[in-house]
Amino acid sequence: MDYNGGTVLAMAGKNCVVVGSDKRLGVQNLTVSTEFQKVFPVTEKCYIALPGLATDVQTLSELFRLKCNMYKLREEREIEPLTLANMISSTLYGRRFGPYFCEPIIAGLDKNNKPHIYGMDLIGCLNYPDDFTVAGCAEAALFGMCESLWEPDLEPDELFETASQALLSAADRNSLVGWGAVIHTM
Amino acid sequence: MNPVALYNHDAPISAAQQHQFDPYEMNGGSSLVIKGADYCLIASDTRQSDGYKINSRYVPKAFKLTETAVLATSGFSADGLALFKKLSQNLEWYKHAHDKVMSTPAIAQMLSNTLYYKRFFPYYTFCLLGGIDEQGRGVSYSYDPLGSYGAEPYKSVGHKNQQGVQRTDMSLDTAISIAKDAFTSASERDI
Amino acid sequence: MVTRLEQPRGGFNFDNFQRNVSLEQKGIRIPKPIKTGTTIAAIIYKDGVCLGADTRATSGPIVADKNCAKIHYLAPNIYCCGAGTAADTEFTTALISSQLELHRLTTGRQTRLSTARSMLCQMLFKYQGHVSAALIIGGYDVNGPNLYSVMPHGSVDNVPFMTMGSGSLAAMAVFERSWRKDLERQEAIDLVKDAIDAGIFNDLGSGSNVDINVIEKDKVDIYRNYYKPNERAPKEKVYKFKRGTTPILKESIKDILVITEGVEAMDIS
Repeated sequence: MDYNGGTVLAMAGKNCVVVGSDKRLGVQNLTVSTEFQKVFPVTEKCYIALPGLATDVQTLSELFRLKCNMYKLREEREIEPLTLANMISSTLYGRRFGPYFCEPIIAGLDKNNKPHIYGMDLIGCLNYPDDFTVAGCAEAALFGMCESLWEPDLEPDELFETASQALLSAADRNSLVGWGAVIHTM
Repeated sequence: MNPVALYNHDAPISAAQQHQFDPYEMNGGSSLVIKGADYCLIASDTRQSDGYKINSRYVPKAFKLTETAVLATSGFSADGLALFKKLSQNLEWYKHAHDKVMSTPAIAQMLSNTLYYKRFFPYYTFCLLGGIDEQGRGVSYSYDPLGSYGAEPYKSVGHKNQQGVQRTDMSLDTAISIAKDAFTSASERDI
Repeated sequence: MVTRLEQPRGGFNFDNFQRNVSLEQKGIRIPKPIKTGTTIAAIIYKDGVCLGADTRATSGPIVADKNCAKIHYLAPNIYCCGAGTAADTEFTTALISSQLELHRLTTGRQTRLSTARSMLCQMLFKYQGHVSAALIIGGYDVNGPNLYSVMPHGSVDNVPFMTMGSGSLAAMAVFERSWRKDLERQEAIDLVKDAIDAGIFNDLGSGSNVDINVIEKDKVDIYRNYYKPNERAPKEKVYKFKRGTTPILKESIKDILVITEGVEAMDIS
């Protein structure tokens, strides 16, 4: 987690969710890229955020893209956030004794446009929060920021500001995180 | 031991034993300082813990040094207490020698010296010093266990990243509310 | 790059194991899995069993989940409290409960506790303690109410009352003080609640709320968040930001295409 840096968060609001990440890729203290993608679209209304070891971030993003495309071809429908979360969770638990170093976050709207956010650890233990979930290098700072700033029933614009400020403030206190942020609002 | 290894003459029969002395403990805790134009707010929790155990629910870790300076510690509780005692003694000597109370910036420097004096057997404490300086302004300093310290350059915290926001001083009431909210938030997520 | 979807093979995949060992030897810090850091407790009373659990999951010194569920479903008449590595308790009980469902479909009989117990302890023994799930199985079958504790290495014990997890000592102290044979239903619930409460307040690994599950003959009552001693006080200030606080460097808006489903006549011209 500390090797490549990077951190992500997701927050739920009133009929909306946001998911975001910082943009840094580093090798310990050396910054290698300032445009590293950590949040990946799955469907139009569902994203996965993958913080952790960069090689595993990219391997997993490709693996999940493949699995979701196969799901779409087989089922002729888009995958729902909860289904996706369980798919990722069991994929990670399948490698219980040789895990990928990645703690994914799933955020999206389901077919009724109800917000969903899910977090998990590196071996796929799901948790189902109804406020926010964070992961990655600045996890501790982000938990503190989110716990202070988040409140229920935020509108999309307000949720965007709250999430951005939480992410940027946490990034300011962690040298392995930063170089701006990407936020997706759904 | 693997019995076969007894007949392997290349292998050492037994490795040298290393003895270690580790007199430190981590008792947790959080402290915070907010300084304003004419005040300084110091807050800390009162739990003393050891791993998953709670030693006590009421052991304050912020100590009054003078009428205008407060020391807040966290880390190893016993070292925090010893450090406070040492500082208090020095302040008492200073008062008798110079017939005045030491100013808060001077205490800040003395705290740094006191910590660095034990460079190779440090006090395991993370200190914050908050108070009022000779001009009546709020001042705050933060330390690492070896005595490296800095005065926080910002008048108040967390106004970066904002567009078109004017930097204004926080009122004491606002600071108290923010400090309380910070502690309730922290206690939600820290065991 | 993944180019094909591999057919799932049975058991765990160890492909990354050697890599992870070498990364660890190079000094890369390995992220730790979430632990339940739990207080779980259960007792047998006059006509059933009562299971209880706290709801905190921890990752090191940080609370990863404030309100997780640690009482897992095994069968309609059997539930199970889990302590240890959170993912292990979750997946082990899910796996066994699916096998028990199939077992019920083949035999056409109610699942017995001893079946669930044997399947769980055989699985845990097979993994020699590396699947770190400490479980208390409770339920009601043809032999009446029963309680089994299963340790991560696969050892089993049949007991009238049991506590597990990092808060087990605090909870056991309450049981040892007040446990009696043939408690009434409400007395049993109160006792388990007090035991979990002791764990919540005296063990830092446990916290938040109390979940209670009561299993009697042909009747299961699930009290999720039966007792909530740690509700957060309202914040003193509101921390909303004005719109436009965060500088936006680039913005793109995607319109979502909504496809409404309906039957459309096939074009046969």
